Amino acid sequence: MKVTEKDVAYVADLANLELTPGESGRMAADLNSILDHMDKLNQLDTAGVEPMAEAVSAFSASAAGDRFAYAQRADEVHPGLDRAAALANAPDTDGICFRVPKVIER
Amino acid sequence: MATAANDVSTKYEAVIGLEVHVQLLTKTKIFCGCPNHFGSEPNSNVCPVCLGMPGALPVLNQQAVEFAVKASQALNLVVNETSIFARKNYFYPDLPKGYQISQFDKPLAERGWIEVTTAEGALKRIGITRLHMEEDAGKSMHEGFADSDAKTYVDLNRTGTPLAEIVSEPEISTPDEAWQYLTKLREIMLYTEVSDCNMEEGSLRCDANVSLRPRGQKALGTKVEVKNLNSFRFVKQALEYEIERQAEALGEGGTIQQETRLYNPGEGRTYTMRTKERAHDYRYFPEPDLLPLIVTAERQAAIRATLPELPEAKRARLIAEYGLSAGDAATLTATRERADLFETEAKLAKSPKRLANIVLSELQGRLKAAEIELEDSPVTLAGARLAADLVEEGKISSKILKELFDHAFEQKLDFPAIYEKEKPQQITDSAEIEKMIDEVIAASPKQVEQYKAGKTTMIGFFVGQIMKASKGKANPAVVNEILVKKLSE
Repeated sequence: MKVTEKDVAYVADLANLELTPGESGRMAADLNSILDHMDKLNQLDTAGVEPMAEAVSAFSASAAGDRFAYAQRADEVHPGLDRAAALANAPDTDGICFRVPKVIER
Repeated sequence: MATAANDVSTKYEAVIGLEVHVQLLTKTKIFCGCPNHFGSEPNSNVCPVCLGMPGALPVLNQQAVEFAVKASQALNLVVNETSIFARKNYFYPDLPKGYQISQFDKPLAERGWIEVTTAEGALKRIGITRLHMEEDAGKSMHEGFADSDAKTYVDLNRTGTPLAEIVSEPEISTPDEAWQYLTKLREIMLYTEVSDCNMEEGSLRCDANVSLRPRGQKALGTKVEVKNLNSFRFVKQALEYEIERQAEALGEGGTIQQETRLYNPGEGRTYTMRTKERAHDYRYFPEPDLLPLIVTAERQAAIRATLPELPEAKRARLIAEYGLSAGDAATLTATRERADLFETEAKLAKSPKRLANIVLSELQGRLKAAEIELEDSPVTLAGARLAADLVEEGKISSKILKELFDHAFEQKLDFPAIYEKEKPQQITDSAEIEKMIDEVIAASPKQVEQYKAGKTTMIGFFVGQIMKASKGKANPAVVNEILVKKLSE
């Protein structure tokens, strides 16, 4: 058991989740089985295996040229959403602002 | 209070660190093309990216990167070629994604400094730990609505505004050093034009950490974070209050609770905001939607080439080139615009030193009395330069200069216009001046004797008398010439 129910409670609290005791036990079991699977993968000898294609190494500082350039955009205004459209999916608004239950600092 | 303060500083040493958030002056937000504009109608500068809609992807604003690099360079920080954006998990409705895109273990820049002057007059470098880029949150409104007891209203225009967070080392020892650090930081941000630093609009925000420890002790005391510091004056006052409060508690054998306190400027004191410090576990992890930020050495050099002369360097140069005092140089470089205006005219002036004197005395004095800024002054710096040249050439006396400045301010006209209009009917006719000089010499045999005995400074007395007789209208150059001739006869 790598992950205890105490760990689950801590992570759930950080993530604003309220778990029932049953859910909490199931989460611990799931998390442990994921970590066990990783352990199994770690048993493989991958020393001679090329890494899969991924973005990070292609954009490292040593990569020549301006290849990073298209990862950024020019400082130009683009039309966004009308307020009505922006608010359309909100559960509650006054037509101007989003309205949410009173925010209390935790 | 004064003796109490002395007790505090002999027993305890304050350790202060500052966190400053500066909004960058880009046209658009950091990760989307929405306008970065203060004061728009609520929720009118928003799009799927800053609203945190599913599937929307951030794309980094190049200008925001350039401003952040420029700010870093001006603050003597080392810019990392590779920095990484990270998610800081955070559950408030002002950031609807549920996280803030920030930088964590690989910030844009590290290890800089700002120089301040200690109470003993020594120069002291305050270290800057880091400068990192992040997005601002939206604005929550908790008061002012009919249902404010139960609801919070949210405006997401500010969400995604580019920020540079600048964190100092805990190396600040007094409220005054904190004030200097902030003043210099703002000045540098304004000179480099990366932010307007408008504190009322929240373009520059500051939090302070402060703790006390007995003098000589190495270990740090328990720190308190102070928020709601809306001006540099409040930062100073809040720190003064906090140092007193903590010293009192420690002096009575008490302990300091680690907490966040809010400053109330009306009462000049701080109040507990929250004591239950949740573990600062924001579960940071690398932002998978953004590539590492690469700023190559070449790009850094290109950005460095756009840095203007910074305030400290400008002051040192003005002092050396124009013979200004440190105080005068500080006044003239208060803003980059002002410094540039002064220099443009100083280069043309017959005597830059005289121009500086006229700007600082005649011009500033009247602006202060009329409560207007130099930018709105009826007399421009070009006008002041004409005035300085006229005095330098002896075409007007300092008495006339003052009168012309008075007229200019009364009639709201620039100096050249008022000079044309009110130009003193100066007496340049040497015969007329000679007559006045003869009269003064005849009336002052004692002074003539002193002059002839070698007390040449008496010349000032004669010039004064002649100016008085001519009501300030005699041409000083002509007066001098004839006077010296007459007196040596």
